[in-house]
Amino acid sequence: MVSGTLQEIQNKAIEEVLEKYPEKARKNRAKHLGVDSPEGVKGACDTTKSNKQTVPGVMSERGCAYAGSKGVVWGPVKDMIHISHGPVGCGQYSRAGRRNYYVGHTGIDTFVTMNFTTDFSEKDIVFGGDKKLKKALEEIDVLFPLNNGISIQSECPIGLIGDDIQAVAKVHKKDSSKPTVAVSCEGFRGVSQSLGHHIANDVIRDEIMPDTSARQDFVTTDYDVAVIGDYNIGGDAWGSRLLLEEMGLRVIAQWSGDASYKELAIAPKAKLNLLHCYRSMNYISRHMEQEFGIPWMEFNFFGPTKTTESIRKIAEFFGPEIQEKAEKVIAKYTAMTDAVKEKYKPKLEGKKVMLYVGGLRPRHVIGAYEDLGMEVIGTGYEFAHGDDYKRTKEDISGSTLIYDDVNELELETFVKRLKPDIVGSGIKEKYVFQKMGLPFRQMHSWDYSGPYHGYDAFAVFAKDMDLALNSPVWSHTKAPWETEEEGA
Amino acid sequence: MQDIENIVNGQKLFLKPEYQEVLKRKKEFEGNMGSVDSEKLEEISEWTKSWEYREKNFSREAITVNPAKACQPLGAIMAALGFENTMPYVHGSHGCVAYFRGYFTRHFKEPTPCVSDSMSESAAVFGGLANMKDGLRNCSAMYKPEHIAVSTTCMAEVIGDDLNAFVQGAVEDAEGDLDNTTITYAHTPSFVGSHITGYDNMMKAMLEQLNPSREEKVVDEERINIIPGFEPYLGSVAEIKEISKMFSDKIVMIGDHEEQWNTGAGEYKLYAGGTTMEDAKTAINAKATISLQKYSTVQTAKTIKNKWKQGYETCNPIGLSGTDAFVMKLSELTGKEVPAELAKQRAQLVDAMQDSYPYMHGKKFALYGDPDFLLGLVSFIVEMGGIPSHVLCHNAPKKGWEDDMKAVISKSPWAEDCQIWVGKDLWHLRSLLFTEPVDFLIGNVYGKELYRDTGTPLIRIGFPIFDRHHLHRYSISGYKGTLNLLTWITNAVLDQLDEDTKEIGKTDYFFDCVR
Repeated sequence: MVSGTLQEIQNKAIEEVLEKYPEKARKNRAKHLGVDSPEGVKGACDTTKSNKQTVPGVMSERGCAYAGSKGVVWGPVKDMIHISHGPVGCGQYSRAGRRNYYVGHTGIDTFVTMNFTTDFSEKDIVFGGDKKLKKALEEIDVLFPLNNGISIQSECPIGLIGDDIQAVAKVHKKDSSKPTVAVSCEGFRGVSQSLGHHIANDVIRDEIMPDTSARQDFVTTDYDVAVIGDYNIGGDAWGSRLLLEEMGLRVIAQWSGDASYKELAIAPKAKLNLLHCYRSMNYISRHMEQEFGIPWMEFNFFGPTKTTESIRKIAEFFGPEIQEKAEKVIAKYTAMTDAVKEKYKPKLEGKKVMLYVGGLRPRHVIGAYEDLGMEVIGTGYEFAHGDDYKRTKEDISGSTLIYDDVNELELETFVKRLKPDIVGSGIKEKYVFQKMGLPFRQMHSWDYSGPYHGYDAFAVFAKDMDLALNSPVWSHTKAPWETEEEGA
Repeated sequence: MQDIENIVNGQKLFLKPEYQEVLKRKKEFEGNMGSVDSEKLEEISEWTKSWEYREKNFSREAITVNPAKACQPLGAIMAALGFENTMPYVHGSHGCVAYFRGYFTRHFKEPTPCVSDSMSESAAVFGGLANMKDGLRNCSAMYKPEHIAVSTTCMAEVIGDDLNAFVQGAVEDAEGDLDNTTITYAHTPSFVGSHITGYDNMMKAMLEQLNPSREEKVVDEERINIIPGFEPYLGSVAEIKEISKMFSDKIVMIGDHEEQWNTGAGEYKLYAGGTTMEDAKTAINAKATISLQKYSTVQTAKTIKNKWKQGYETCNPIGLSGTDAFVMKLSELTGKEVPAELAKQRAQLVDAMQDSYPYMHGKKFALYGDPDFLLGLVSFIVEMGGIPSHVLCHNAPKKGWEDDMKAVISKSPWAEDCQIWVGKDLWHLRSLLFTEPVDFLIGNVYGKELYRDTGTPLIRIGFPIFDRHHLHRYSISGYKGTLNLLTWITNAVLDQLDEDTKEIGKTDYFFDCVR
């Protein structure tokens, strides 16, 4: 076992990981790994290279641009139909896996968990798929007359065979008088999901924002806000919405979890955009700021400390009346969240956590763990940019291992060396660590639980962490006849 | 607000009045019809259940809605993971691999090793050779596979990468790093066929490239190969091995992915089990190869029959008669009597079928899934006196499958009431279930929306199943596997009977304790 301070162990683990690579890959990966602490000057959060090409041949956990657009940004818009345009696989693998909760009559007026695809055959590749796409759009309008628009989500071949999906969408939009948008989010574009988010945002900017029909008669109030970049995983956005409404605000749009097209179109009427996932929707927030003069503010509703901080920050924007209500909301829930802490902290205090997720979670959930007395000793992002790592610095509180685009072998090695008590990452990683006898929670899907946003959600979070860490199942790994030798 | 003594997650949290209010207020800003005009919603909802809608639905030509198939590389990965110390390597974008790994992992609740060479725009322009060179070398250094099985994504296929040249080029440039690694490769374009096609292409490529030419083969008259096909039931693979062992130690599973997705707690192993490289490289020497999925090995069959000039047989050991045929085939090929143990298992199965038949008899079933899976399952339904009213195969091969299915169904006295739907998807099935309803639906996880919409109880048998645990650990093949099928289906019928008769004072006279 490696001895030394946490920081020494972390640095040693990086060295060990890098030794596994051939020279060229080692040089590359060295730039993505590091250690930082709040007091660290120019630590890994400042220097880590990110949003770069993944090293070929490794088990990266990253997704693609299509995943960023169809899977993240567009897919949850519930009353539109999103066509996975190309071969059958992409739409099938991404079907109904993300837990973007919504209320609606699936197949009739909402369509999120379904899979619409043009199911390309060889003929479509050779002769082009535009005609098929046109027909697909027409068939959708016949069979799903209550759709409020269609988005075309390009898979890899589309951009390679020279199809003009923009033109097809334009014609259909004119003929059907329904929003029809083409998104060139082919999976090979960019280095991860991230470019897909950006492309998806740009299409919202170009195609939805100019549509004033829904908002021209919209009566606004001084307290209208839009929640941006909340995909309503397990109902997260509903939890946020409750608190925002209780503090006197009116949530006029929710992007894009449980969103309807109308909510996309009326968002420019908000007085403030509340940005949950900075990474995937900062682009459109900046656009709305420039185009419509709507300021935006990042907020964090994970764990009571951060939730209270965020509520105060949001209230400050709106002035004394809202601030007064906000304090009442805080007071109302603090007794409950204190009771949650009192109940669970004794069981969780001092437990060490390693995270590897995407979007905002590698930093935003740190506070929730800390509210339970737990400590995050390693964190990293699948598809972050430099600004995400800079923001991370504000959230870490001790020596923290930082890993960008970490792959399976790296993460496995880091976990073996740092010996956290629990790992929070995704489905592909889950069973790797459970095999090693480590409690694990999926921090993309909340492991089929949640919500995790807001005060009520903190109770769910605490209960889930307790369930994972203190389940008796982890004690059964060693058979009673095995000797008590300490494994490597 | 949460009650600290009874903390609830979303399922019950959102039923609390304050959240119900939130959802109600949200409707004001929503544009979906349910929030705007619930009568109109109801009208359209009813219309989708009609014959008129069904006809429109079946005249679709361009849009696929809720498919029951996946794409080639997924199958290629399963084929590759059937071999010892083998890393599946996808030449294409890492996004695809994230999907494949996630898909298998959700089904098996196990890790799924697979790498990609992360092709992106530059590869789209210049080809993926540079990615392949770095990728194979990094993969070899990090994961130390004995064998790398390269498959492709649609991107690599569209730009026309030459795998043969690329692999050779990568090895030449690797400064010896790849000299001890066996590399096989197959073209698996996602826009041709489905996941079973990918299984076939990868299996064929591996067998061809791992084995010597026919001139060098040394026939081992006792050796028999068995290829399981795209088999999501690990218990089936295990049971086939058990049955084989009863006949001979020289029956070799080619593509044995059972252990890879069934490792124990305590230690994470990247590779587990699998056909040994030695067995893989001598597959040509066998007297015969039996494929358990005729339609998952169409191309592989050509290699075995035509190139290797080896005996090639297909069996489908799902259900009683399928297992009988398989067992008799083994008996014929090994020249051994059917072992008493198997005769006993058969008798036990038939005994159980005779115990339970009243509950499946005359019940109407709709089934969907992969071609060979369906042939076996429908055969079993017919053996039990059930009616396979709708048999839907989205990825049915053009040649042969429909005739095979007709032959299976012809054994049913209700054959004329049964319909086969080739190339149709689950939205078609929705129309079928509304217009010509059945008693039970058999299929994968995606059937749960059909269950919700039509009320037809879903019996989960198929791939993928994400929302129930451990079913994949059981066998659906052989006599014991068929007993599992019998148990699941019979008890689903009985569960439904209880469900339908549980109303106190009204229907519960039939809520019997003994059935």
